[in-house]
Amino acid sequence: MAKKILLEKAHVEGIRYYDVYRREGGYRSVEKALKMDPTAIVEEVKKSGLRGRGGAGFPTGMKWSFLAKPEGVPRYLVCNADESEPGTFKDRYLMEFIPHLLIEGLIVSSFALGSNRTYIYIRGEYAWIVAILEQAIAEAKQHGFLGKNILGTGFDCEIYVQRGAGAYICGEETALIESLEGKRGNPRIKPPFPAIKGLWDCPTVVNNVETLAAVVPIMNMGGEEYAKIGVGRSTGTKLLSACGNINKPGVYEIDMTISVEEFIFSDEYCGGIPNGKKLKACIPGGSSVPILPANLLLKTAKGETRYMNYESLSDGGFASGSMMGSGGFIVLDEDQCVVRHTMTLARFYRHESCGQCSPCREGTGWMEKILNKIENGKGAMSDIDLLWDIQRKIEGNTICPLGDAAAWPVAAAIRHFRDEFEWHVNNPELCLQQNYGLANYANELSLVS
Amino acid sequence: MKEVSEIIARYPEGKQKSALIPLLHLAQEEFGGWLSPESMDYVASILNIEPIEAYEVATFYSMYNLQPVGKHLFEVCQTGPCMLNGSDRIIDYIKKKLNIGVGETTADGMFTLKTVECLGACGYAPLMQLGKNYREHLTEEKVDAIIEECRNKK
Repeated sequence: MAKKILLEKAHVEGIRYYDVYRREGGYRSVEKALKMDPTAIVEEVKKSGLRGRGGAGFPTGMKWSFLAKPEGVPRYLVCNADESEPGTFKDRYLMEFIPHLLIEGLIVSSFALGSNRTYIYIRGEYAWIVAILEQAIAEAKQHGFLGKNILGTGFDCEIYVQRGAGAYICGEETALIESLEGKRGNPRIKPPFPAIKGLWDCPTVVNNVETLAAVVPIMNMGGEEYAKIGVGRSTGTKLLSACGNINKPGVYEIDMTISVEEFIFSDEYCGGIPNGKKLKACIPGGSSVPILPANLLLKTAKGETRYMNYESLSDGGFASGSMMGSGGFIVLDEDQCVVRHTMTLARFYRHESCGQCSPCREGTGWMEKILNKIENGKGAMSDIDLLWDIQRKIEGNTICPLGDAAAWPVAAAIRHFRDEFEWHVNNPELCLQQNYGLANYANELSLVS
Repeated sequence: MKEVSEIIARYPEGKQKSALIPLLHLAQEEFGGWLSPESMDYVASILNIEPIEAYEVATFYSMYNLQPVGKHLFEVCQTGPCMLNGSDRIIDYIKKKLNIGVGETTADGMFTLKTVECLGACGYAPLMQLGKNYREHLTEEKVDAIIEECRNKK
């Protein structure tokens, strides 16, 4: 069963505006939280088991408890709305349809962390959403939930929206901070972590949109109740954005107990593959996480059903598993070429590398070029090994995780689809006219009709 | 200038450099859709920073145009999920229809075609950015209609 707690009200008419949002129970969490001790709010979030929804999945309560609190130094909360991971468009949906949920979560979180000046850093391309958020902020302020002396508690808070200008790397928290300071988005060397030295050298917490929105139901129902939703360490609900070759692309809220097969084929979610095609492969958590062939996607290497949660998706490690990541779910049908798809991702990372670290700056360019060569029927067998060698030399050798994010898709494509790469090399002319198709992956797909 | 001072007021005292990215956006909108060295120098002078600090930022972020562009800028996404849904075909169609290559502007100065990386709207693929909005689920017919719409705009 789908349990909706974030998007439950997203389609109520007029929910974008304060009056309707308030009538539907909005801003109750602020009234509750502002009567509490800030540390008690952090404890609730810890109890909820909420994990960062941006991609890394780090426990939010723990991240909050690391925030340094030196006397007389301002602390900042920054909302990461720089959604840029290919396949991911869930935060856009949340901000566009139910913006007050984010603003409400931000007010509670700002109070818990002691931030009197909170920023939403949104990717520059989402230009029209800036106006939606600013309208929601103005309404909240007009009704006393923002500004000076909120609800008479003496707590002051302002929220500002900052637009980026087209740079995937600014989704990395230290690059985001650099960008917010008016600089190039070059990630910083850690430590020090932002919790100690972040925005303008002050203690800072950076959290994803969905993470901060989830603080609202956590406050309303209590951390323990929230933790009962989901399974194991995958508590609460997760927004997934599904795209690629499926009948019903879109944003879905799941409670992390459903199977991958149900998510792809059920009419409640993706609705299966269009035109009666077969499932070939899927990237389940945004472009950076390993691609899996259909057989390993639906069942783990041990033959167990794979579920849509943090633990199950990563079952088998990188050898036979993948990751929940940002929830960007990309489906490839039997007609798609894994080499070409991987090439577009390599091009993406080459374009988005900030250029600070040479393994990433040089390696991403090389990977794109070699993939292009193979895709266009000009590759040699040794190119496949060269690709493998390059990705290995990028991974773990850069300041920020963009290097890993660029290496993993290439590694997984070769790991699981090496025969498709070799087919391109062996059939330089044929590969320009047709795709490799399913080949041997299909034999193992008794599940898929 | 009212807008400029409102933007600067979002940041604490002495941190006005943070206004650089929003002000470069504003300058690009106001001064013909691109950032000339003069526009960047002007922004730097408002913020009391060195011109090089503005150039550094303007050259890093892909939304700033450092060369003049046409009146209507088509920025078509070509990353994985859009590719799976036929963005290559859409890009080829626009090229043929406008008789320009990627990165070029039509002779009448009306249209520029650019390819961009993931716009974060993969469920609505293929798509492009046009001004402050996205045009989604593109087909050849939709592209025709968009071009017509732009031509009819004064």
